[in-house]
Amino acid sequence: MIDIFLALYIFMLAAFTGQEIISRVPVILHTPLMSGSNFVHGIVLVGAMVALAHADTTLGKTIGFLGVMLGAGNAAGGYVVTERMLEMFKSSKGK
Amino acid sequence: MDTTTLLTYFAKASYFLAAVMFILGIKRMASPVTARKGIVQAGLGMVIATLATFAITGSHNLHLIVLAIVLGVAPTWIWGKKVAITDMPQMVALFNGMGGGSAAAIGAGELLKYAEAGAAPSKITLTLAIVGALIGSISMTGSIIAWAKLDGRMDKRFTFGGQQAFNFIVFAASVVAGLAVVVWKLDTTLIVAFFALALVFGVLMTLPIGGADMPVVISLYNALTGLAVAFEGFVMNNEALIIAGTVVGAAGTLLTQLMAKAMNRPISNVLFSNFGGGGGGEAITGTQKAIEASDAASLLYMAERVIIVPGYGMAVAQAQHKIWELSQQLIKRDKSVKFAIHPVAGRMPGHMNVLLAEAGVPYDLIADMDDINPEFSTCDVAIVIGANDVVNPVAKTDKSSPIYGMPILDVVNARQVIVIKRGKGTGFAGIENALFYADNCKMLYADGQEAANKLIAELKAIDSGGGH
Repeated sequence: MIDIFLALYIFMLAAFTGQEIISRVPVILHTPLMSGSNFVHGIVLVGAMVALAHADTTLGKTIGFLGVMLGAGNAAGGYVVTERMLEMFKSSKGK
Repeated sequence: MDTTTLLTYFAKASYFLAAVMFILGIKRMASPVTARKGIVQAGLGMVIATLATFAITGSHNLHLIVLAIVLGVAPTWIWGKKVAITDMPQMVALFNGMGGGSAAAIGAGELLKYAEAGAAPSKITLTLAIVGALIGSISMTGSIIAWAKLDGRMDKRFTFGGQQAFNFIVFAASVVAGLAVVVWKLDTTLIVAFFALALVFGVLMTLPIGGADMPVVISLYNALTGLAVAFEGFVMNNEALIIAGTVVGAAGTLLTQLMAKAMNRPISNVLFSNFGGGGGGEAITGTQKAIEASDAASLLYMAERVIIVPGYGMAVAQAQHKIWELSQQLIKRDKSVKFAIHPVAGRMPGHMNVLLAEAGVPYDLIADMDDINPEFSTCDVAIVIGANDVVNPVAKTDKSSPIYGMPILDVVNARQVIVIKRGKGTGFAGIENALFYADNCKMLYADGQEAANKLIAELKAIDSGGGH
């Protein structure tokens, strides 16, 4: 376990970063953005992989397997739909 | 330094790189010019983090991990590629639910492991595992219900007497079960009961919420999943999860607030009141005045400034391509054409922009509510297609109306308004629209595509001298 105060600092700084980078996003990009941030929490896949690697019992392996599968789905699906939406945004002044 | 330590260092360094790429990627998504590069960058960060994780996992359950990744990626990738843009909100809800489920599964796995060993590393770790699991479970089942509702697989709302009290009891029970695991006994039965209650609460909480409020709910669940991921990150001692989860949690919370503000509905109101019952408000006097496509085309022909106000109805009628074709016809005739978008047009904030972008409308012709509202008074013709409540002036004038106080597009200030609508029905909230009865408003009763087709044909007829 990371030192609790170090963890709190990471948590606080990341929270402010999240607020800061979103506050400048124009409304026209809110849907892709929600979808994009949805993709980013697909990183849960990485945690699920470690959890599954450490599982020994059948129940533990089943739960870990589900975790990895769902996390991978979150990441892959989130990426595909976000990329598809953002690809469509074009200016009338040409690329 | 032994090999295991070295590999762990390698993985941690990769996580650091991935975290930087996520933050820069989201930052780049703040502008339509760099947005595409932003998501690609974040995607690369994800691939790096995933590959680096194999350095930690080694060969333990390797075949299971690879199989689970393939089974998770393949169907969602294909589904995501195929899904229609109108269905995007429910896809986001579904993928979000998967993320919540994954976080809950990590929590469940760790908690059961502690129960088996009879001890947890520390009370703090145990608490974080419980909180993350609680939030993740609620987010998972809640998102699935949101998906089912938006996808039209479920009756829009489900209510019964004493529902709020019942829901609260279920929630309180799951919190108590969670607390008991932390302070009293690391017991398997207790852990299972805790998860069952949390999962059921996610369903119960989402059932009474109507379709109009779903965007706020999905955004909230998105933020919750982020938080759940961050909490499980603390448990797993994984910085990538902590940082990415927290950034999404914070960003998602802000986005939820922005959305709720645009709808003029406090978040508590969305979650705990049953909106969409309809009725209410003062009766509106006057009549709706119909107009023929040929006369509407003449108005457009003489206009200099035209503002188009699209709503979700346009997307349902799949009329966005035709409306863009009509706009191009107007632009060709030297008219200024702009699209005015209400923050909550469509099923998610910004959804309408995506739908218009799909039809080929350049984003610089699309204006936000605050920018376009002063321009209505100098606009010759405003065309409203498929929008209703967001252009209803009673939101400003009638205090007894359920939508009173909601920010609206000031379409009523335009010199002439043409409303394209299939019939005389009310909007999603079941409220009469005073705009339709205004003196400067004419109703063009037709399906969206059909109306746009007719207007284009009539405009061409006027060009060739065949008009009025």
